[in-house]
Amino acid sequence: MLRRLYPHPYLSLFLVLTWFLLVNQWKIGSLVMAVILATIIPLITAPYWQHRPKLNSLPALLSYVVLVVWDVILANIQVAKIVLFMPRDRIQSAWVRVPIELKSPEAIALLAGTITMTPGTVTADMSACGRVLLIHSLHAPDPDAIRDDIKSRYETRLKRIFE
Amino acid sequence: MTFALEILLSVLLVVGGIFGLTGSYGLIRLKDRMQRLHAPTKASTIGVGTALIASMLHGLMIGTGFSWQEVLVMIFIFVTAPITANYLSKVHLHSRHYGDALPKTGVSRDWATFDRTTEGAEPMLPSRDS
Repeated sequence: MLRRLYPHPYLSLFLVLTWFLLVNQWKIGSLVMAVILATIIPLITAPYWQHRPKLNSLPALLSYVVLVVWDVILANIQVAKIVLFMPRDRIQSAWVRVPIELKSPEAIALLAGTITMTPGTVTADMSACGRVLLIHSLHAPDPDAIRDDIKSRYETRLKRIFE
Repeated sequence: MTFALEILLSVLLVVGGIFGLTGSYGLIRLKDRMQRLHAPTKASTIGVGTALIASMLHGLMIGTGFSWQEVLVMIFIFVTAPITANYLSKVHLHSRHYGDALPKTGVSRDWATFDRTTEGAEPMLPSRDS
């Protein structure tokens, strides 16, 4: 019964949090509205998101977010350096193909997003079967190192969190 | 105290401005379209980020309290920026500008942008029961 009413508990929790961030104050009335929204929205969207993603550990996910935020800051400085100071002909861009072992669509989406936000790489495409990602790297003298770095730094962590 | 906060806010805003400017400068400096995608997707996240942190702290300074809405803006930017970048690069791939420079997938299916098979064109989603 509870499962039918809340098909995506994490989505509901996130909606409550979102509502409180939006109203920017802690009142009982806001909580009532938040609970109403957190019930209705997952119910309406459930037909488009039928399965429930597995989440092994919330702390691991939060530490992953912290890691990514830190990497985003580093990425910004790195890309700014390349844009401002590196001579244009010395920038070696490359396409990198990254085979992925993740199966869950949520995990793959998170990995692709992470890759785009972090040092010098943008996720350009995915193979139609969802097993390989196509990545464009701004400055990659050694494309294999980038692939190994993505796999060891992000994919293993996501695998632990979602599978 | 207020003076120190003012200095901090100014530094944050200036740093944000510099990064935002760098991102836009990258658009005209880098040479091909895929390269140009890198500058705005990254250099501007920190630009927006520091401006938002400054905005949150500003609430403390003028006495209306710490403002939480900016956290939400940041979450939405982190979620949407990669999707925009992905769509832009997909459009770019469609122009078939790269030809052979593009690596092969190495599996049976082509890249999703080029794949013409209609059957199971989307990645298989696990069913509700599994």
